[in-house]
Amino acid sequence: MMQFMLLFSRQGKLRLQKWFSAYPDRVKKKTTRELITLVLARKPKMCSFLEWKDLKIVYKRYASLYFCCAIERDDNELLTLETIHRYVELLDKYFGSVCELDIIFNFEKAYFMLDEFLLGGEVQETSKKNVLKAIAAQDLLQEQELEGSRGIMEDLSFFLTD
Amino acid sequence: MPTVKGDGMRGLAVFISDIRNCKSKEAEIKRINKELANIRSKFKGDKTLDGYQKKKYVCKLLFIFLLGHDIDFGHMEAVNLLSSNKYTEKQIGYLFISVLVGASSDLMKLVIQSIKNDLVSRNPIHINLALHCMANVGSREMADSVGGDIPKLLTSGETIDSVKQIAGLTLLRLQRSSPEMIPLGEWTSRIIHLLNDQHMGVVTSATSLIEALVRKNPDEYKSCVSLAVSRLSRIVTASYTDLQDYTYYFVPAPWLSVKLLRLLQNYPPPEDPSVRTRLTECLETILNKAQEPPKSKKVQHSNAKNAVLFEAINLIIHMDSDPNLLVRACNQLGQFLQHKETNLRYLALESMCLLATSEFSHEAVKKHQDTVITALKTERDVSVRQRAVDLLYAMCDRSNAEEIVGEMLEYLESADYSIREEMVLKVAILAEKYAVDYTWYVDVILNLIRIAGDYVSEEVWYRVIQIVINRDDVQGYAAKTVFEALQAPACHENMVKVGGYILGEFGNLIAGDPRSSPLVQFQLLHSKYHLCSPNTRGLLLSTYIKFINLFPEIKASIQEILGSDNNLRNPDVELQQRCIEYLQLSTVASPDVLVGLHNITLLLFRSLAKLKKKKPTATAEGGEEKEKEPRTIPQAQVNNAEPSAPVPLQVSVGLPIGRSTARNRRLSVNLKMICSLMPPLPSFFFFFFLMKFEAYLFFYLTIIFLISRFFCKQNGVLFENDLLQIGIKAEYRQNLARVGVFFGNKTTFQFTNFTSNLVLPDSIKSGMYKNRGCILCKCFKIWCQSGQMQKLNLKLPVIISKFLEPAEMNSEAFFTRWKALSQPDQECQKIFKAQFPQDTEQVKQKVLGFGLSILQGIDPNPDNFVSSAILHTRNQQVGCLVRLEPNKQMQMYRLTIRSTKPEISKALGDLLETQF
Repeated sequence: MMQFMLLFSRQGKLRLQKWFSAYPDRVKKKTTRELITLVLARKPKMCSFLEWKDLKIVYKRYASLYFCCAIERDDNELLTLETIHRYVELLDKYFGSVCELDIIFNFEKAYFMLDEFLLGGEVQETSKKNVLKAIAAQDLLQEQELEGSRGIMEDLSFFLTD
Repeated sequence: MPTVKGDGMRGLAVFISDIRNCKSKEAEIKRINKELANIRSKFKGDKTLDGYQKKKYVCKLLFIFLLGHDIDFGHMEAVNLLSSNKYTEKQIGYLFISVLVGASSDLMKLVIQSIKNDLVSRNPIHINLALHCMANVGSREMADSVGGDIPKLLTSGETIDSVKQIAGLTLLRLQRSSPEMIPLGEWTSRIIHLLNDQHMGVVTSATSLIEALVRKNPDEYKSCVSLAVSRLSRIVTASYTDLQDYTYYFVPAPWLSVKLLRLLQNYPPPEDPSVRTRLTECLETILNKAQEPPKSKKVQHSNAKNAVLFEAINLIIHMDSDPNLLVRACNQLGQFLQHKETNLRYLALESMCLLATSEFSHEAVKKHQDTVITALKTERDVSVRQRAVDLLYAMCDRSNAEEIVGEMLEYLESADYSIREEMVLKVAILAEKYAVDYTWYVDVILNLIRIAGDYVSEEVWYRVIQIVINRDDVQGYAAKTVFEALQAPACHENMVKVGGYILGEFGNLIAGDPRSSPLVQFQLLHSKYHLCSPNTRGLLLSTYIKFINLFPEIKASIQEILGSDNNLRNPDVELQQRCIEYLQLSTVASPDVLVGLHNITLLLFRSLAKLKKKKPTATAEGGEEKEKEPRTIPQAQVNNAEPSAPVPLQVSVGLPIGRSTARNRRLSVNLKMICSLMPPLPSFFFFFFLMKFEAYLFFYLTIIFLISRFFCKQNGVLFENDLLQIGIKAEYRQNLARVGVFFGNKTTFQFTNFTSNLVLPDSIKSGMYKNRGCILCKCFKIWCQSGQMQKLNLKLPVIISKFLEPAEMNSEAFFTRWKALSQPDQECQKIFKAQFPQDTEQVKQKVLGFGLSILQGIDPNPDNFVSSAILHTRNQQVGCLVRLEPNKQMQMYRLTIRSTKPEISKALGDLLETQF
């Protein structure tokens, strides 16, 4: 199971954090600081996996952003790299060539997307199409609410059924 | 400003832009505080705040929190959003709760109420929001109040797939945080059958849930094995077009495949031959596909394919039953060892470590030895080199030990500091484990000290001394090698320590060569003396006194050093004391005493070595042997030593001791010498019998010692008054015991004329208790000079029960034995009033401390204790069965003991009675 996922910039600024088990705030802060320092210090050709306490860290850099996941001993490292990649693909598809700024300004969307993809530290839906469909349905609702149309929500279930 | 998706809370976007435009940290904090004040006043004052505004402010708070600031308000507004009928407001509310509100918050009750409402709303997107929140927070309270509805949602035919998917993982999260809250018994079969679901997303989520449930209860979920195998089989044989969007870069459903392979690692190989064949076929297909030419050059393709491959290999290793698959796995991993991707090299090394431990693939792994050694030398990433070290360690056996150890030693010269300590330990373990020729072992350890002395822990260098002491054939070689190593201009302190020991014991073996004559040896060691820490200096002083015994011809030179101003007035009290003691010893003691001194160290090390032998890799564990130098614990060993050999304090069990009257005299001498070898402890001065200081001493004898305190423990303070503390440290092993007696001087003065004496009771002398391992009594007399000699007689707590070893047995065996011991004199029953509170845990500790086992499930009443033990004597073993039944109303106990020897039942009964 994935324990947590952190997104941070090359400057060491945290952009997104998702904790899949309950950690005290103090531990979250300490862990974040430690890992950002650790990962930023690594050179480009180095291995993407490192042992950290009793967890394994899997990280990958996309442009100015680092995606960093902590998984358990018997989890699959290579697949975690691809989990990261799939999440990046989802963001990319949704924002249209995603950049760090998109994630800063639409952080709530990044969270919603993650919830559709990973839940409780496990991959929930690997189909790109299905995740994007769920998010598109949310956006549609949002627009309709904005236009002030009410009473529509009850009819919307068709968006989510296959 | 980039485009904002959806409705775009403009105020939020402006705020984020402001923050990003801040030139300094201070400006940012100022801007944030301004915003916080604004939001606070809106939340407080403005009653007309609409949902949109609330949502916007809650979102701003969330953003501020994510920047790393603490948020202490707004929670209530977020909870209000949950009951909004607008989806986006609800969604932001739930996000705030998931990110910011801890499971212990007071608001959780309200949140749970909203979750309940949304779950029954029949609107799937609201249900999903509520489920997401539960999966993110995952508190016990949630599991308790709403968790019960989830299994139904998960397995009902009416639920749509997307809700099922989320429900599966929500249930998993709740199971993890509070497994007992949601009983799943009636749902088991339906949950397992989710593996057959049409929708791949549902199977993906259900497989994770099932794996977690299987870990808790493998038997109940056993039928998932065949379903998982057939699902896996369908995936691996599918072409990449079959699974449409679940194919990832030409790899069919890699996430689901890996989850299924993980699930199967919770079970042994399937028993059903058809399932087993099918699984083997799956694994073969995965291995085959990994060999096919890649369908894409993208790294995603190879990663996904190899992720499945590695998981399949994990399963092959887990089953450890098919030599063919194991060897194939090993060969395919071998190809990765030189792959251009660092990640693959890392993982291949890691997986091979596991393959090396299987008897089927160990030889296949060894073929890659050269590649791994190259990796160790050339990898640029230390974490990969670390894996290479691990693999070399795992693949090492007798046939390649010399080469691997050699390579590791060579690498150690330039190894990263972060992995040196571990490498040193690994080399030391391998060298010892696979040593055929102990001269090689000695070379390896001395090389370790030479190359990485700082990282050689005490365990490692103690070990080499123990081995040299126990192996006559290497002693001469060791002395010669260490002598040569010491000649290096700069040598590590650990080398000096080893040198001090080995030359002190075996220097005589090389003394014939004029190049290493006694005087040369002594001068060589002493040339290092001033560079060493006090601890090592103390050790060298002990070496010198041993030299006086080995080489009487250099006595004068040594006495000169011992008596030098520098030493006699050394500010370090331990060194000063040693010099004075040793100097005195060398002037007054007879050769006999010196030989005794020599032997004490030998014996102590031998006995440590014996303990070690039981666990060959004990160097890795350390622990009890972490003692400084030969310690104070006198040997208690059944020892039929010839009367002329000096034996340090002999507490012999099962053997009459007083065979020679001369021995008692010697015992007291030896005990004193042990005192002088004691290492310094803070505020504890170990004193010695040859002090010439005048001191005025009074003893207030407040003898409040209770020997019975020691019935249930081994170590403690036997006696204490204002002046003196006497401690006991004991160790029992079957019929052997060793008992150490510590004397602590609590005054700031030196004691004078301190002597101690061991008196054995007549019963032991006459051998009356010969066969039973009964008890020694010792008395220590203490005199002091001021006309007021004090004498203290103390009993040592060495009692019969110390030789008990706990025994485990099941109910049937217990009652069979219990009934077999039915003769009246074999049983001893006592009924007595409780002296201490009848706390079950305390009683349990006492029973365990006494040396008895606690047998579970024999007596239906959980308050009653049922125990068994074996009493070891030299000649026989006596089984003892004990039942202790507390009666809490009456505050009474009934104690029943049965054993084959009537006197043992009685003795144990008498002892135990005093304890509860």
